[in-house]
Amino acid sequence: MFHIDWTHFTPATAILGGAMIGAAAGAMALGGGKIAGISGIFGGAINEAMQGKRPTAWRLWFLGGLIAASFIWVMFRPIPGAHYGESWPVIAIGGLIVGFGTRLGSGCASGHGVCGLSRFSPRSMAAVGTFIGMGMATTFVMRHLLGGA
Amino acid sequence: MKILAFISGVVFGIGLLVSGMTDPAKVIAFLDIAGPWDPSLILVMITAVLVALVPMQMAQRRSQSLMGEKIAFPSTRGINGKLIAGSAIFGIGWGMTGLCPGPSLASLAASTWQEWLFFSSMFAGMIGFELWQRFGKPATATTSSGLVKTPAPSKP
Repeated sequence: MFHIDWTHFTPATAILGGAMIGAAAGAMALGGGKIAGISGIFGGAINEAMQGKRPTAWRLWFLGGLIAASFIWVMFRPIPGAHYGESWPVIAIGGLIVGFGTRLGSGCASGHGVCGLSRFSPRSMAAVGTFIGMGMATTFVMRHLLGGA
Repeated sequence: MKILAFISGVVFGIGLLVSGMTDPAKVIAFLDIAGPWDPSLILVMITAVLVALVPMQMAQRRSQSLMGEKIAFPSTRGINGKLIAGSAIFGIGWGMTGLCPGPSLASLAASTWQEWLFFSSMFAGMIGFELWQRFGKPATATTSSGLVKTPAPSKP
């Protein structure tokens, strides 16, 4: 069924990057007792700020680290995928619904994907299956039915 | 805790960049099963889960983290409409753009208009959720962060 794109398949960097992501999530869980889910941390900080409270410090430090990673990276090499050719309405609407959807569904690829699956959470398994399935369906519609992207 | 959170954030971000998950074209190539399929993302996910497995399972069995913090894992149980609807909405946005919250933050330094547009509209979407929780559905406002507000039940 699948026609694997061997020329763009990058197993070595996928495993190396995945190991770093897993190590960071594991350290946050065992070291700090926290779930390293980006939408939960980011949305949680927004929630606190909107209640007039100061966002929890560890949340800001984690998000700061994530953003710092991109600034450290660009000192040595360009960000992968810095140039992509979506039209601005697609990016704007896509961003809006990613922001809303990850909060409504209590997690994204990091919270439900990495952390939830390694906790064997049935909720996260259902969430991951749903967002990958919908992502695949959306890509199919946009690429093969509408001919865009 | 601040230092741990910052270092974890940096390592997490570098991991996303190394793996290529900040490249929307690569994510779309994984989601596009009808075209030439790039299975890299599944390897990123499997490796990350395998590496996180032992510390996560150890943490689940403790009441306190190694740094003495309370283990604050989500206490919600059960697969409900909110979880599935939210995940489905997220999946549509992910399939449209090839971006999700982590990679969006980890590639801000690329400073392209696409990156900033995605980031700003994602931010707006999260604010929209908070407003909807507060004014649209006041009864569920307490669960907006999805995290445990009361002391975490320690697993036996």
